[in-house]
Amino acid sequence: MVQASGCSGVHCGKRAAALSRRGVLCGCLVIVVDGAAELAHADDSDQARTMRPQPGDLLVFFDGNQDGAVIKAADLKLGDPPILAWAFDPTKKVPRDGSRLNQILVMRFDPPALGPTEATRAADGVVAYSAICTHQQCTVTDWLVPKRVAQCPCHQSQYDLAHGANVVAGPAPRPLPALPLTMAGGILTIAAPFTDRVGGMQLGTG
Amino acid sequence: MRITGTAFRIAFVAGLLCGAAWGSATAGELSSYSNVTQQRLENPEVGNWLLYRRTYDGHGFSPLTQINTENVKNLTPIWTYSTGVVEGHEAPPMVNNGVMFVTTPEMQVLALDAATGDLIWRYKEKLPEDLFQLHPTNRGVALWNDKLYLATVDSRLIALDAKTGKVVWNSQIGDYRRGEYSTLEPLVVNGKVMVGSSGGEFGVRAFISAFDAESGRQLWKTYTVPSPDEPGGNTWDNDAWKTGGGSVWITGNYDPKRNVAYWGVGNAAPWPGDLHPGDNLYTSSTVALDPATGQIKSYFQYHHNDSWDWDEIRPPMLISMEHNGQTIDALVHPARDAYLWVLQQTDSGIKFIDAKMFSYQNVFKSLDPQTGRPTYDDAHKPTVGKLVTFCPSLWGGEDWVSESYSDQTHLVYIPANNGMCGEYNGVNKKLMAGQLWLGADPDTLNLLPRGDHLGELQAWDPTTLKQVWMYPFPNQLFASVLTTAGGLVFVGGTNDRMFRAFDAKTGELLWQQRTNSGIIGMPVAYQVGDTEYIAVQSGWGVDAQRIQQSLSTTPLKTDPDAVPQGGVVWVFAVRHGM
Repeated sequence: MVQASGCSGVHCGKRAAALSRRGVLCGCLVIVVDGAAELAHADDSDQARTMRPQPGDLLVFFDGNQDGAVIKAADLKLGDPPILAWAFDPTKKVPRDGSRLNQILVMRFDPPALGPTEATRAADGVVAYSAICTHQQCTVTDWLVPKRVAQCPCHQSQYDLAHGANVVAGPAPRPLPALPLTMAGGILTIAAPFTDRVGGMQLGTG
Repeated sequence: MRITGTAFRIAFVAGLLCGAAWGSATAGELSSYSNVTQQRLENPEVGNWLLYRRTYDGHGFSPLTQINTENVKNLTPIWTYSTGVVEGHEAPPMVNNGVMFVTTPEMQVLALDAATGDLIWRYKEKLPEDLFQLHPTNRGVALWNDKLYLATVDSRLIALDAKTGKVVWNSQIGDYRRGEYSTLEPLVVNGKVMVGSSGGEFGVRAFISAFDAESGRQLWKTYTVPSPDEPGGNTWDNDAWKTGGGSVWITGNYDPKRNVAYWGVGNAAPWPGDLHPGDNLYTSSTVALDPATGQIKSYFQYHHNDSWDWDEIRPPMLISMEHNGQTIDALVHPARDAYLWVLQQTDSGIKFIDAKMFSYQNVFKSLDPQTGRPTYDDAHKPTVGKLVTFCPSLWGGEDWVSESYSDQTHLVYIPANNGMCGEYNGVNKKLMAGQLWLGADPDTLNLLPRGDHLGELQAWDPTTLKQVWMYPFPNQLFASVLTTAGGLVFVGGTNDRMFRAFDAKTGELLWQQRTNSGIIGMPVAYQVGDTEYIAVQSGWGVDAQRIQQSLSTTPLKTDPDAVPQGGVVWVFAVRHGM
């Protein structure tokens, strides 16, 4: 039986319409209809995808030729710009790509180049950070070669990935949260959750 | 029945999408409200500001005279109101018979008593957690009937009850995850609420769409980049049209006589023109639409195959003026491309009349005398794999901020920048949905200031295309202009936090007030009772802040943090008896 409050005068986006198969009505009380078993399976997968990176997760390429492939330490060359990645749940075998707030920057440094804190979070010189700018949440996709900083293309906040992704220029209020890594058989593995809250100012507080 | 955690999460997300958790509104409401009709919009009361530029013709001129060249030296703050948020405050305070509606970053709408500054109600949209904001701002609510219309950074159009600030309906415009969003004040004509989509930096295929003011139902959607089998589709090669840009993010103007809405269209995507060969209609153009159907009736493209990020986003002002001994319906547009264009509305479309450079530009070698089509100096046309310099910079001769036409002096007042060239090395990078896609190597995106000043407030006679006066500023000028029948020109826009008034005839600086932050917003003039007020938001951010930051690495060495952020609504008047 489906129960809902009124939705008159409300127009919902395509995504909501697509979700309606699961029995969700717009702006209304949530229901779960038949197919609870199927939903349970989908629940777990959805939950795993939207969860933030967890200890024990692997890393997979975000896009490009190796889209979805597990990132091995050997894939990252010294001197290459940072790459975008997702965490990968090794048990449920799904990438945690359910929210863009889970995007990760991964880069290899020469270990002596890393600050003392980064050195404890790095695996063989490879560091990882949230890719979501702490200013207005654009994805930090630029790498400035001479200055050797990651730059957010939206408002040019610059982060020093060798030193805690500290903000060296621009309007970002705080560093990118770090994602401590460890190495297991040449495979990069997440050692601990993000060291800080991901994202910019709190949105959705109304 | 079982409600699982995931189902709840889906519902929560759906609720956000549907606007169930639409945002908060504080208590307080208007006991009465003057509904806004088509007749009022076509002939607004002199003391109100019901449209983005006050009138459909886009002049941004107020007929009020109480504040004038004689007494403006005594202009004084009457009240101020903290908006409670940071970032760029760009919206004009809209005023309808004593009530002021102000929008701010974070999709907040304030209803204030326009005479006292008392808060009546506040609305703030609940934004999605995963939103990214290249332009964290909003340029105002549109007014129609008993409702206000807010276009949002998460690509929604929200109708609010003007008396209470409560949401009446909430419709989706586009997909914010692909970089489609809206910052503009909608344009309402005969109950059709028109909006445009931003996203020229995200490789969208942008559009203008219209919604029914009462129901929120989408009525039509017109892409500004045609598909191959649509008119203009042959100005694109291959699949470049699918990600061609053509964003629309400044409010259009409207001609009730011809029933045509004029909209400006943004840059082609990505920036280097060789990545999208062809003229690329309708990027960097003005399009004239039928507001009932969205059909494109005519257009004028200012420069083809845009390679400089020169959006021609402001619609032209509709000015009745003399030309060759006749009165013509002119369309006057001080362009991002640094030319002041004079066009004519005709029954067979938009005709080129003349154009003159108003800010130094080294791209056009010539303009065709019939069509106005420029020929280019390829040395200053960016391409992939080459560092190219060009003047003016991507910020253009005049960016999105509004010029004004004084119905009193018959002059056009342009908030210009003249002295910032730019450069970049084009790159061919794959588009990833939701990520910036400029096609420019970030290490090479530089501003190159030249000359002894940057900003210029310019006054032009559009009938002779001659500059009448110019007031220089040492740093950039980035705000909209207000003209009044008191013979005044008001503008903020500078990093010294000043709000200034000039003599519209001579350009003499008559008054200034240092405010809390830098002003990038639009000033308005309105009247309540027997008092005229000038209102403007002071709250620096967005483009002006980015320019400031870019200039910090040039020989100008501006301090990127010099201008503090934090929005305040300022309201001024001349106290009676002064």
